[in-house]
Amino acid sequence: MKVFKLISRNTTRHPLRSFLTVLGLAIAVMAFAVIRTTISAWYAGAQASSPNRLVVINRVSLVFTLPLADREKIEKVDGVTGISWAQWFGGIYVDPKNFFAQFAVDPGTYFKLYPEYIIPPDQMETFQKERNAVIVGRALADRFGWSVGDPIRLTGTIYPGNWDFVIRGIYTGAKEGTDESQFFMHFNYLDERMKQETPGRAGQVGSFIVRIADPSQAAQVSDRIDALFKNSLAETKTQTEEAFQLSFVAMAGTIVTGLRIISILVIAIILLVLANTMAMTARERISEYAVMKTLGFSPFHIVGLIFGESLFIAALGGTLGILITFPIAGLIKVAMGAFFPIFKIHPVTLAVGFVSALFVGLLAAIFPAVKAVRTSIVDGLRIID
Amino acid sequence: MSDTFVEVNKVYKSYWRDSIEIPVLHDINLNIAEGEFMALMGPSGSGKTTLLNLLAGIDRPSSGDLLVAGEQVGGLSEHDLARWRSRNIGFVFQFYNLMPVLNAFENVELPLLLTKLNKKERRKQVEAALSIVGLADRMKHYPNQLSGGQEQRVAIARAIVTDPNLILADEPTGDLDKQSAEDIMELLSRLNSEFNKTIIMVTHDPRAAEKARRTRHLDKGELTS
Repeated sequence: MKVFKLISRNTTRHPLRSFLTVLGLAIAVMAFAVIRTTISAWYAGAQASSPNRLVVINRVSLVFTLPLADREKIEKVDGVTGISWAQWFGGIYVDPKNFFAQFAVDPGTYFKLYPEYIIPPDQMETFQKERNAVIVGRALADRFGWSVGDPIRLTGTIYPGNWDFVIRGIYTGAKEGTDESQFFMHFNYLDERMKQETPGRAGQVGSFIVRIADPSQAAQVSDRIDALFKNSLAETKTQTEEAFQLSFVAMAGTIVTGLRIISILVIAIILLVLANTMAMTARERISEYAVMKTLGFSPFHIVGLIFGESLFIAALGGTLGILITFPIAGLIKVAMGAFFPIFKIHPVTLAVGFVSALFVGLLAAIFPAVKAVRTSIVDGLRIID
Repeated sequence: MSDTFVEVNKVYKSYWRDSIEIPVLHDINLNIAEGEFMALMGPSGSGKTTLLNLLAGIDRPSSGDLLVAGEQVGGLSEHDLARWRSRNIGFVFQFYNLMPVLNAFENVELPLLLTKLNKKERRKQVEAALSIVGLADRMKHYPNQLSGGQEQRVAIARAIVTDPNLILADEPTGDLDKQSAEDIMELLSRLNSEFNKTIIMVTHDPRAAEKARRTRHLDKGELTS
């Protein structure tokens, strides 16, 4: 008969109560992990950004464009070693719910600035030759079951009409956090049609991507670029790629803050759930603790039993919570994959969730343990004679 | 009988309820010899259990001295008192107070977990204690699978498993039917006569008290006879 045996049997003394407590803990740990993963997903773009890339957009707003002709001035700026451009396309594939990022890019320069997109050379060669060719990410191809050679039709929302493409390449990420859910078409394919249909929209780009030689000079290079277009019709705002990505996070800043608060509240809730269970448990067993003290067990032993039981329940809940996090996160990834292309549960998140559960287990046991120790044997036995 | 084993000198005990002092025992003087079997009788509220608790070291006197086997019980720290109880006292409760999640063997083994005995030695002592109380065949039974009399016998086995010199029993037959009560009293008598255990028993039951060699009466906190 060992102490752990006594702890484990005490835990199962009220099976329904213990089960519900463990389940509550498990759901809370899962919710904590999923919320933290969601927050991380929000920052995935910023985390994957390169320090030697700058993004130039219209100073007024991202939705306003810049003249493609600005390229020639920007590439001559001291410190700039490469330039390309991209335009958000925003088409619908079959159904509006099939959202994914689509960019019209310059095939000759764009991918040179993004070495993290690994594209087989033969596919790249074909892509560059064909005007309606596209390159898609591996995750996007898997999502819709696409393969090289498949024809794709998008219905434009920003650029009206049907747009037909052929997949000529599938890229994979060089790094774990690389976004594999994008769709790249030729900028010229878009631009030439604009020249025919709405000439006023031709020759416009959403952003320039600039490679710089020295990341420590990012601020100075940005200032030089913006100075070139000061007081022009399209003033620019140049920033590091990380800052550009974080600006998207900032748009949802309140939501992210809300999620952070909720993740902390979740921990507080599991504390209350477990504290309630432990308080009930200790209250019910006050007479048993008194008997144990009568037999010679010290307050240290009693404290050990209470903390042991609380930690045992917390560990069970934490473990179950981690186990159910994976399928739940998988469902969320399927449902929200278009918005969170990098939705990966980090081991540190799980570890924090588990340790939080154990910490809650410790906290929840403090009050019952103090009460059990302070209750005298006589009071514990409720001897009134 | 031999020398004085339990010595109670001018023991006074009172409890405080809010700001009101409630005296329970008044200047109790009592000597109990080693190997004695004494019954302590009295009406409810007379202080019997309080005196038993003081002797067991689970409560402290407000004043006066308590010596058990030469040890000043009132002078020990909580930690030392717990250790002293585990070595010197076997306590039998009215309502058995067995751990419901442990079987008979494990309940009896519980006090031995505080000793340095290994698993084999513990098993030997538990089996011996359960044999003495006649429950060697019920070792794997849980309290809810035992009758009241059997539960009390397990509780007695738990009380004697560490081989203490002093057994304190608080109304050990109070929750039992007549036959079970007689069995328990036979068992206590045997522990006294065969194993020379000093026993102090609180009881309301005159038939149980008859089994003791000596009976003292408490009334309103005073020993009257």
